[in-house]
Amino acid sequence: MTASVDKLHLIARRIRKKVLELSHQAGTPHLGSSLSCVEMVVAAYWGGLKLDPEFAADLSRDRFILSKGHAATTLYAALAMKGVFPESWLEDYAKPGSPLAEHPSPGTPGIDVATGSLGHGLPVGIGLALASRIQGHDSRVCVLMSDGECNEGSVWEGALFAPAQKLNQLTVMIDYNKWQATGRSDEVTALAPLREKWSAFGWRAVEVDGHDVATLIQWLNAPPDPDGRPTVLVAHTVKGKGVSFMEDDNNWHYRIPSSAELARALAELQPL
Amino acid sequence: MRNAFADEITALAERDSRIVLLSGDIGNRLFNDFKDRYPNRFYNTGVAEADMIGIAAGLAVGGLRPVVYTIASFAIYRAYEQIRVDLCYPNLPVVIVGVGAGLGYASNGPTHHSCEDVAVLRALPNMTVLAPADAWELRSLLGAALQLAGPSYMRIGKKGEPLVHESRPALQIGRATELRTGNDIAILCSGTLLPQALGVANEMESSGIKTAVYSMHTIKPLDEQLLDQLFRHVKLVVTIEEHSRIGGLGGAVAEWRADHFDANARLLRLGTPDQILHHSGEQEHALEMSGLTVERLTSAIRQAFTP
Repeated sequence: MTASVDKLHLIARRIRKKVLELSHQAGTPHLGSSLSCVEMVVAAYWGGLKLDPEFAADLSRDRFILSKGHAATTLYAALAMKGVFPESWLEDYAKPGSPLAEHPSPGTPGIDVATGSLGHGLPVGIGLALASRIQGHDSRVCVLMSDGECNEGSVWEGALFAPAQKLNQLTVMIDYNKWQATGRSDEVTALAPLREKWSAFGWRAVEVDGHDVATLIQWLNAPPDPDGRPTVLVAHTVKGKGVSFMEDDNNWHYRIPSSAELARALAELQPL
Repeated sequence: MRNAFADEITALAERDSRIVLLSGDIGNRLFNDFKDRYPNRFYNTGVAEADMIGIAAGLAVGGLRPVVYTIASFAIYRAYEQIRVDLCYPNLPVVIVGVGAGLGYASNGPTHHSCEDVAVLRALPNMTVLAPADAWELRSLLGAALQLAGPSYMRIGKKGEPLVHESRPALQIGRATELRTGNDIAILCSGTLLPQALGVANEMESSGIKTAVYSMHTIKPLDEQLLDQLFRHVKLVVTIEEHSRIGGLGGAVAEWRADHFDANARLLRLGTPDQILHHSGEQEHALEMSGLTVERLTSAIRQAFTP
């Protein structure tokens, strides 16, 4: 069930608020990366895929893998809002003994796959898509990766294999925020032209605005490619999106907001 | 042993529709029967071992029982991080079968040797490490490995290994199999050197030294009950394996012994030396160079044994 676009924007702002608060409260990094993929997570959980907690034990449900595990707070905020686990768990995020660690841990409700080391989500997603096909389910599998993650060889091993199996129920979203930890992602490796690379690998590759949640939902719900190609959404995004003084400033890959910075950031997100 | 694997996995797949076989672009005609019977449960995932392990993890999360098959050195060294993160971390039921483990691909050169695979896998939490001695042990262990709740690695030979057992033995993962008894020396052998170990025991017996031989087909979890008993009652415990003396069965037993102050017997670890075998040669030659023939093993044990 897709909510109205206004509602989706409100959800996105609330997730951003939570992501900022969690980074401040726990002193954990990767704020810029967590903010750039908010709309993609919203699209997956509020309109794109069958992920609601009542389907948790259903093997035919859809799957979402946050392969860029360093954006864990975005996922945690979404899972809490969805009621997958209590919102109160967020208060203990990254504290000793909390199930919510800096990177997603399998076994935590709503989390199927261990991520944090990059380049793992796509192959595991391919396995899930194959499992679904073998068992005659119609599950969709969505893998959210970062652009820096495309440095990993295993991404391209998967990029070669999925089209060979015509896994058209698989969708990859690439959070193309143009930065990786310590440099421009198009400079560290020759990433561009990214859409054309995936297209040449046999994917239905489209460029989208990664903050346009309605378009993202449209693509997640699009009929599978008739030629069997898996889909990749090369989603142009802004690192640190939603907070003016964080946008496109890669210092916020590692920086933790002070109390004053948190207050300024939250003020920009109104109305909440 | 690879033929026995192909035959056994095909039979097991008949009984369990969750079994999916992944091959890393090897076994050209080996799996034809499997492919004919279960065309949607066989995948050649290409020369991409890291991906193959990730795909297996996804299949397991999706409710299936994947078995991954490729050359041992590629499966383990190339995909080690995937094995650790994708399989061991979530504790997923995936069986990795490494063919030609040890020096099975000796003539292909050091890129194809795997004499450190046990050492690196044994260190991983949740991982079970198996080394069947012959085709019969392989058949028994494969079925048992598929019943495990978590990941396992089975290092197997390639082809033409002599049979030690006459029929399918009733094996239990984690419990060694006794092949002969003796209270002077106990030889613990993991994997396909078991015929050599039995040959050594014959040599020792001919000198009046009573030598027991066990197939340590499971290296992890270690059969601690057996070790406890042996180290109290025999004079010398010997480990034999087609694997480095660092970190394999010998390493595991040495670690156990270091933690048990009442372990009386001496320990001798026999395996491949800590070096790359640069020169060309078949497996027989590589084993000779590594001191793993009946003659050289016997000689090493005689030197270590004091009545």
